[in-house]
Amino acid sequence: MKLFSKLNISWLIITLLGFFAIDSLVYFGIIDPYYEITLVNILINMILAIGLNLIVGYSGQLSLGHAGFMAIGAYATGILTIENQSMGAFLISLVVGSLFAGIVALIVGIPTLRLKGDYLAVATLGFSEIIRILILNMTELTNGAAGLSGIPFFADWQTAFALALICIILVANYTRSSIGRATIAIREDEVAAESVGVNTFYYKLIAFIIGAVTASVAGSIHASYFGVINPSQFTFDKSIDVLIMVVFGGIGSLTGSVVAAVALGILNMYLQPFGALRVIIYSLVLILIMIFKPTGLFGTKEISLAKIFHKNSKPISEGKEG
Amino acid sequence: MEAFIQQLINGLSVGSVYALIALGYTMVYGIIKLINFAHGDIYMIGAFVSYFMFLNLKLNIFVTLALTMFVTAFLGVVIEKVAYKPLRNSPRITALITAIAMSYLLQNIMIYVVGPEARSFPQIVQNKTYTLGNISINQMEIWLLGTSLVLMVLLQLIVQKTKMGKAMRAVSIDAKAAELMGINPNTIISFTFLLGSALAGAGGLLVGMYYNTIDPMMGATPGLKAFVAAVFGGIGVIPGAMVGGLLIGIIEVMISAYGNSMIRDAVVYLILILILLIRPSGLLGKSNKEKV
Repeated sequence: MKLFSKLNISWLIITLLGFFAIDSLVYFGIIDPYYEITLVNILINMILAIGLNLIVGYSGQLSLGHAGFMAIGAYATGILTIENQSMGAFLISLVVGSLFAGIVALIVGIPTLRLKGDYLAVATLGFSEIIRILILNMTELTNGAAGLSGIPFFADWQTAFALALICIILVANYTRSSIGRATIAIREDEVAAESVGVNTFYYKLIAFIIGAVTASVAGSIHASYFGVINPSQFTFDKSIDVLIMVVFGGIGSLTGSVVAAVALGILNMYLQPFGALRVIIYSLVLILIMIFKPTGLFGTKEISLAKIFHKNSKPISEGKEG
Repeated sequence: MEAFIQQLINGLSVGSVYALIALGYTMVYGIIKLINFAHGDIYMIGAFVSYFMFLNLKLNIFVTLALTMFVTAFLGVVIEKVAYKPLRNSPRITALITAIAMSYLLQNIMIYVVGPEARSFPQIVQNKTYTLGNISINQMEIWLLGTSLVLMVLLQLIVQKTKMGKAMRAVSIDAKAAELMGINPNTIISFTFLLGSALAGAGGLLVGMYYNTIDPMMGATPGLKAFVAAVFGGIGVIPGAMVGGLLIGIIEVMISAYGNSMIRDAVVYLILILILLIRPSGLLGKSNKEKV
């Protein structure tokens, strides 16, 4: 794999075009501050969905605790940047939050990833609630139910864009590495993977930790962009929101997660004034998807530049290049 | 000591509701291996149905209880037919996500229809208190415990003594073999949802009476705790759900009384995780080996 391959350069160009397209839209005021909030929300959700997809879609472990890890990042940034209001503190808080989320994921993962399916889902849900209740109770540090406000604004949409890009590159490369393929093998059939020598527990744990770290990064951006956080933002509902994106896009498709984050983000913006109706529509759509197209929009397919380049030759491996 | 017994009574009252809801979880899980996340919301709807019945029809409490159970049982069967049945052969994660979506749907339909605010439940039973020494027991608590106990005994009779119950047990052990013996699993699954949802509806009415307040979000936390109770007692085992429910209720009340009520929920989840790790089959469950 060359660093400056045709593929990588193409992706770089596409990304830069995307960035400048958004930048000019913001510059000319077409993306006004209201739309900018939607944009940042989409980017945050993208990071969350990509991370959760790694856990749910690639290693096949249903986690319902994503909001807990997001809360860790958000509070790390909130607490540290209120203490020390500098860009440096924000960057440090990103690292501290990620480290902390990673360690918590390790502690949570070692015992619970031995559990199967539904049990794991409920255990992660329990852990996420425990994290939230701890935040509620550590009033000196986290200000309890009132949450933290006046968090200095260091993250703007450019920061969110850059971090989302980093997370996508990280996870995409992970899924294409040999470790990633081993992880996918676990999703397909855990017993079979184990029997051909894949250390299933180890790979599940790594996927879980990476997912937690990305969630923490998303939390940090959230805290620093919106300036206000409180424990009620990181409930079970938030985990489900992210899960819906993953499922809608396709369990096991990063492209799907990105597209779903954008589509649902925009849909959300328009449905926002409808309150409860929004969630009714949301959940109905989810049930219908589960019944009629349980693989989501993309299934496990990815949009692949490699395939477009090699249109005439045979694709190297179905949907995994690009 | 008296204070302790007093707390025990409170714990049993709260626990008996968890037990009622846990029974529905455990039966459904025992038969189709689905965590029916919407179960807690059926309990919430039970509370609202009885609330509107009391308000508009002014019926006797037994009639209201029966009608509420009928409505929630019907709702449970409809949900099963519409949302879960098409997914019978899909991966477990698909069914689980559908159950979560169903829970959201019920919650938000109620928020949309009756509004998100809490409502105060009409007082139906006189709030008389009986005292014995320093221990007092509320008439409401007697109602709670009494009704739960009667319903649980009824359920046990249905499951152990009737033909339908026998078929339920057969399907939960091996659905394919039961089908070969001439049992229609679809009927049995619907019947299971019917029983479980009826019990949840009763739980809703009792809790409305006990706490005097109901709202569309009331099902979420008790729903999860009832699931914890079911896992605690051994999921799929009916007496396990009762024991689990009562124990969770007692533990919760004891933590509130002697410790910090803020961490109550955290302790319950911690218990869940510990149980899952140490004895995944629960207190009364039989452990079965992972099959390849």
